[in-house]
Amino acid sequence: MREISYMEALREAIRQAMEKDERVFVIGEDIGIYGGAFGVTAGLLDQFGPQRVIDTPISEAGIAGACVGAAVTGMRPIGEIQFSDFVVLSMEQIVMQGAKMRFMFGGKAQLPFVMRLAAGSGTGAAAQHSENLENWFVHVPGLRVVMPSSPYDAKGLLLSSLAENNPVMFFENKLLYKTKGPVPEEMYTIPLGQSNVVREGSHLTIIALSVMVMRAQQAAEILAKEGIEVEIIDPRTLNPLDKAPIIKSVIKTGKALIVHEAVKTGGFGGEISAAIMESEAFAYLDAPVQRLAGLDMPIPYNRTLEYHAVPQVENIVEEARKLVKGAY
Amino acid sequence: MSESKQEKLIEGVLEVSLAKDLLAKMVLTRAFEENAEEMFALGKVHGTMHLSIGQEAIAAGAGPTLRKDDYLLNTHRGHGHFLVWGGDLNRMMAEFLGKETGYCRGRGGSMHIADVESNNLGSQGIVAGNLPISVGVGLSIKMRKTDQVVLTLFGDGASNEGAFHESLNMAAIWNLPIIFLCENNQYAMSMAFEKAFKIEQISDRAAAYGMPGVTVDGNDVIAIYKAVQAAAKRAREGNGPTLIEAVTYRWRGHSKSDRQLYRTRDEVKGWMEKDPIVRFAKLLNVSDEEFKKIEAQAKEDIRKAVEFAEASPEPDVSTILEGIYA
Repeated sequence: MREISYMEALREAIRQAMEKDERVFVIGEDIGIYGGAFGVTAGLLDQFGPQRVIDTPISEAGIAGACVGAAVTGMRPIGEIQFSDFVVLSMEQIVMQGAKMRFMFGGKAQLPFVMRLAAGSGTGAAAQHSENLENWFVHVPGLRVVMPSSPYDAKGLLLSSLAENNPVMFFENKLLYKTKGPVPEEMYTIPLGQSNVVREGSHLTIIALSVMVMRAQQAAEILAKEGIEVEIIDPRTLNPLDKAPIIKSVIKTGKALIVHEAVKTGGFGGEISAAIMESEAFAYLDAPVQRLAGLDMPIPYNRTLEYHAVPQVENIVEEARKLVKGAY
Repeated sequence: MSESKQEKLIEGVLEVSLAKDLLAKMVLTRAFEENAEEMFALGKVHGTMHLSIGQEAIAAGAGPTLRKDDYLLNTHRGHGHFLVWGGDLNRMMAEFLGKETGYCRGRGGSMHIADVESNNLGSQGIVAGNLPISVGVGLSIKMRKTDQVVLTLFGDGASNEGAFHESLNMAAIWNLPIIFLCENNQYAMSMAFEKAFKIEQISDRAAAYGMPGVTVDGNDVIAIYKAVQAAAKRAREGNGPTLIEAVTYRWRGHSKSDRQLYRTRDEVKGWMEKDPIVRFAKLLNVSDEEFKKIEAQAKEDIRKAVEFAEASPEPDVSTILEGIYA
């Protein structure tokens, strides 16, 4: 199969969805002639024109509201939040309107829109352009939350998000945009709510999100040379969360390490941990569930400090060793 | 109605029969809200409500200028607009009482009443929350290439939210078919207009976005009708949005807990003398006798609606999670 980048996979999904369905359009800052701050929408303006590739003023509440209003009147918008941090300026429209309208109106409104957000650190963009805020939206009933970790998942999950009749918060990762992988040319969907067993192993279960799936895979290679066989599970969608494969894996390995980039306190790791504790896997644990996550701090500018603010491959290796060797 | 019956027009714009219907709707709105107050006092209502008593002219003037397929984005003080838009009194009352037969199955209440099927996209609990949404509805109309328009309602308070700025600008640059109708009732809860604005008229802000802005007497049905009709025509013809400010006054408190320490009784009394219902009835030469009949009809309709709502089932607890996701 041909290999394309995560960014190209996203662009292909958007293009194919727009070719197939006239109701789909994209709206955001610098997504037209500029092609998007990270290049995801490059070329779409030429193909679809300014009516369907809509460059906006710097108005994040307006972008989100445009998605809500267009969705509730029969369109299927894709909004782009240039850096996911800027979603703070859209919160009212997403949380108070998009997420609640259907319920408040007695289940009668349809809100099929996807909000794409570029998240994550590692680019030297400092504290206001590097956050991972996905868990805020997990806390809001009415929204779906999706975090693809590979080009294949990026395309399949974006296409299924576009087929949803619920608002979807679609968190992309900046460091993944240029990573390559096999992606079918035709349209395909990966259902929301289907965890992916990325690697099989018997000694330890690592549950990782987004860019941490890649780092966990690199860590697993190192650990394999030491005889430690790691199983890696990528939930892919935080809402809905497919718990069964996680529980099944922990029953097999007896050890769980959760890895995400977002700050540890109040992060999604707590939710996964609770899902394990509340399940039959609890009885099979032979060590406490561990969370490896971003430090509880804003992302620093300095390269070294930034590197140490979030989990890296060596941190995962070290934590995995400790867990397997009974340090806890 | 092609029986070319030449009807005399009120002030050159409103047919007498339509005008009388509107008067009846204004009376009905007030009856609905006075009844709501009463039910609250008797402990028959669980939740909050926002009464538009004294502001009924705006809904009466704005609603009839629009088509059935146009869109309405309402405020939290929107019972009158809902009724003029064609809302069914029984289902409204049922929603107010939180019943399964209500417009929103009792999940929304007075503050979130909506009828999406009739393009009535609901009332807002977040002031200015509907302004960005109207931008999306306007865009959707443009992309679907229909000639629908959007009526977006909000208050003086909402026009000091950031969303007002983003929305009016976006609507203007894209020539969206939106009528921004600001009901300036002088108070954002307790915050007086003079304290919250350094300008005389909210409509002055329209110039900053490159759209027409007009201030009208919000207690004058005809003035509102003319302004909204002109804005609707402009929007429908593809010439973009308009900001209309309708100056009126809220007779009651903001919501149920308001002790109204921020204004004087004399001030309220002064505005009560400008009652938009009395004024419109006078304009239509409605006799005392005829007016009493209209009032009696409204009270009877309300009585029946209460009967319907009270007899309606409560939502079943087994359905508590319904409607959150598609």
